[in-house]
Amino acid sequence: MENKVGRILPDDLMAKMNLKPYESDEIGHPEVQRVAPKVRVTAGENKVVSSLEEVIKNNLKDGMTISFHHHFRNGDFAFNQVMDKIIELGYHDLTLAPSSLTGVMNDKVIEAIKKGVITNITSSGMRGSLGDFVSHGGLKNPVIFRSHGNRARSIEEGEIKIDIAFLGVPVSDPAGNANGQDGDAVFGSLGYALMDAKYADKVVLLTDNIVDYPNTPASIQQDQVDYVVKVDKIGDPDKIGSGATRFTKDPKELLIAQTVNKVIVNSPYFKQGFSFQTGSGGAALAVTRYLRQSMLDAGITASFALGGITKPTTDLLAEGLVKKVMDVQDFDKGAALSMAQNKDQQEIDASWYADPHNKGAVVNNLDVAILSALQIDTDFNVNVMTGSDGVIRGAIGGHQDAAKAKMTIITAPLVRGRNATIVPAVETVVTPGSSIDVVVTERGIAINPKRQDLLDAFSHVPGLKILPIAELQKLAEKQVGKPKKLEYTDRTVALIQYRDGTIIDTIKQVKD
Amino acid sequence: MTYVKNRLRRTMMFVPGNNPAMIKDAGIYGADSIMLDLEDSVSLTEKDAARMLVYEAIKTVDFGGAEVVVRVNGQDTPFYDEDVRAMVKAGVDVIRLPKTESAAMIQKLVKDMEAAETEFGIEKGSIGVMAAIESAQGVLHAPEIAASTPLMMGLAVSGEDYTADMHTHRYPDGEELRFARNMVLNSARAAGVYAFDTVFSNMKDTEGFYRETNYIHELGFDGKSLVNPRQIPMVNEVFKPTKAEIAQAKNVQNAIREAKAKGSGVISLNGKMVDKPVVEKAERVLATAKASNLIDEEGNYLGE
Repeated sequence: MENKVGRILPDDLMAKMNLKPYESDEIGHPEVQRVAPKVRVTAGENKVVSSLEEVIKNNLKDGMTISFHHHFRNGDFAFNQVMDKIIELGYHDLTLAPSSLTGVMNDKVIEAIKKGVITNITSSGMRGSLGDFVSHGGLKNPVIFRSHGNRARSIEEGEIKIDIAFLGVPVSDPAGNANGQDGDAVFGSLGYALMDAKYADKVVLLTDNIVDYPNTPASIQQDQVDYVVKVDKIGDPDKIGSGATRFTKDPKELLIAQTVNKVIVNSPYFKQGFSFQTGSGGAALAVTRYLRQSMLDAGITASFALGGITKPTTDLLAEGLVKKVMDVQDFDKGAALSMAQNKDQQEIDASWYADPHNKGAVVNNLDVAILSALQIDTDFNVNVMTGSDGVIRGAIGGHQDAAKAKMTIITAPLVRGRNATIVPAVETVVTPGSSIDVVVTERGIAINPKRQDLLDAFSHVPGLKILPIAELQKLAEKQVGKPKKLEYTDRTVALIQYRDGTIIDTIKQVKD
Repeated sequence: MTYVKNRLRRTMMFVPGNNPAMIKDAGIYGADSIMLDLEDSVSLTEKDAARMLVYEAIKTVDFGGAEVVVRVNGQDTPFYDEDVRAMVKAGVDVIRLPKTESAAMIQKLVKDMEAAETEFGIEKGSIGVMAAIESAQGVLHAPEIAASTPLMMGLAVSGEDYTADMHTHRYPDGEELRFARNMVLNSARAAGVYAFDTVFSNMKDTEGFYRETNYIHELGFDGKSLVNPRQIPMVNEVFKPTKAEIAQAKNVQNAIREAKAKGSGVISLNGKMVDKPVVEKAERVLATAKASNLIDEEGNYLGE
């Protein structure tokens, strides 16, 4: 069958997995039924254990779903400790359902797949050796990629039923009151893990830092926690931060950032009390800097900044230019430490952040989102999942979710190396073009034709070069030529869900 | 590409001739002139490769309307002849000769260019030349160099080599360059060609860059040589005309229109006669204002 973004979906797999094709980015007003976790009642005594093996043996069964969060990013010591034990104990047929998979987890996941320990995966993304392994057919069942908001929805609606959540935290008390803001391995917001803590049947905290009861603020609460496992070290503080806080010196990134700022400032949304989400990469951080100056010049402040938060954003909070930070994850130590110090930096869970099936998520209140892309096509569809070689090397993250902002800006250089970024058709549709409004490149900007209002607003801005997206695509092709079409086998190695669980695209095994 | 003698040349951005990524993107930053370098930024082993790369780039890359200048290797090197031939064949806008010390050197360049134009069937005189003044000899002969050929586009001070020649080095206050700058500038003005200041290499010292740019703008230079695209908006900021200057230029423009309408050869403004330098200044101010997005196509003021 073909879905509404023109992608052919495998009928047998769709039927077997009871999946629906993507229709629209409009969610509407469906009534949905949520699920609740099973609770083993205790009065909370003796939760602290030192043997991870005992916890696993007493709770895990073959075929179960286990989850993790990725807030430690590449400084994560929780995932590999747990997976080593699970592999050692000889479990089989587990479903791995983390909020995302970071590089430090790759080798362990591959080992677990090869030994039959893990047979299903759902994640926001994967990169490096694991992406390569899956794209070459290493996992029998297709991976399901979900955005952060969609993962929250899937957990709430029981599509992801977590049997045991293993959640690393930098601090907890003996009863399981925990947060991400104290201890050696602080990472700030526990946003994604809060879903697991609420909905998993068993919640196992891992920490190297048990403090006196009661530990506050408690992001994860004692009433959700079954075990607190004491480990030697839960994370490497130096590798938690993505190191993204340095401002780029790349003149092309700066030019793109300046243009993005020009787009924002000249849009109808740039007024007292506006809101924005930027993200991490070099250009996004530079936008924050230019936006700061524009806000000072115009004498306006933002009501909130959303999303993955970086220090430049918490600096705006400290300066009073941003009134609140709605924080589902922190990308660097500066932002993480700021959470403990500033009550206006509000920790939000993934549902509050971006779940399409709730009573209103923060993304629905968002004015401007600045997002990146591996590829954008002439229908404005965006790929953040597969590289120009067709191999999995990305993550949906909050891309589909934040794209629901009133004005979604995609930033990307026209070409990267020898590959065009603006292409006739993306390899993999992740975010539908209908939710994208402006594409900013170093050669000019393109505006989605359905946004005549923006076209009008920008057409007389000095120094803003507006081109049809097909023109940008031709410029890119002129520079790097037409690539040979990629070759895939018929086998589906991954499914890309839209926020509502419908299938927007699939990823096929690459031909060797 | 066609060489235009009179145009806006506030910024001349240096781009190493052996760096395809930088050459490919050179046109996106809004530099008035782009100087592709075959000389100092290219090592001896890469001279041929860089020449071919720059040749192909001139033929294919979109430089966004910027003037394209190529700095060839010096006349005392074995690369000079091929550099000149290739750049003439490519149809570059301007050839820049490094280490220029005499009018004869420029006249040799022009002769070599003419030979190449003949060889490749290109119209004679379609490519401009400029001279880099990098030594005491060059400074002392600047007046003759500036006037050496009708194809002369301009003179550029090259501070690093000049200060070495003078047994000194660059200082933050620029005293060591004062004589050279004024010699080059006056020679250029006397010959009716452009004058460019030297590069400022320390990207961390924004304040120093503004100080130097303000200073050379005050002296009267047309533009500055740049090593990094991030310096382009800073130079443009300094060279931006004031609201009052724009208003005055528009008054002059109106006076010219009125004189034309009346069929009068004498332009007068507020009862005073308007001289040629004033007319030219008004044209320069309005061109700069337009490039700075301070006025629109109709000349309406867009600034704050």
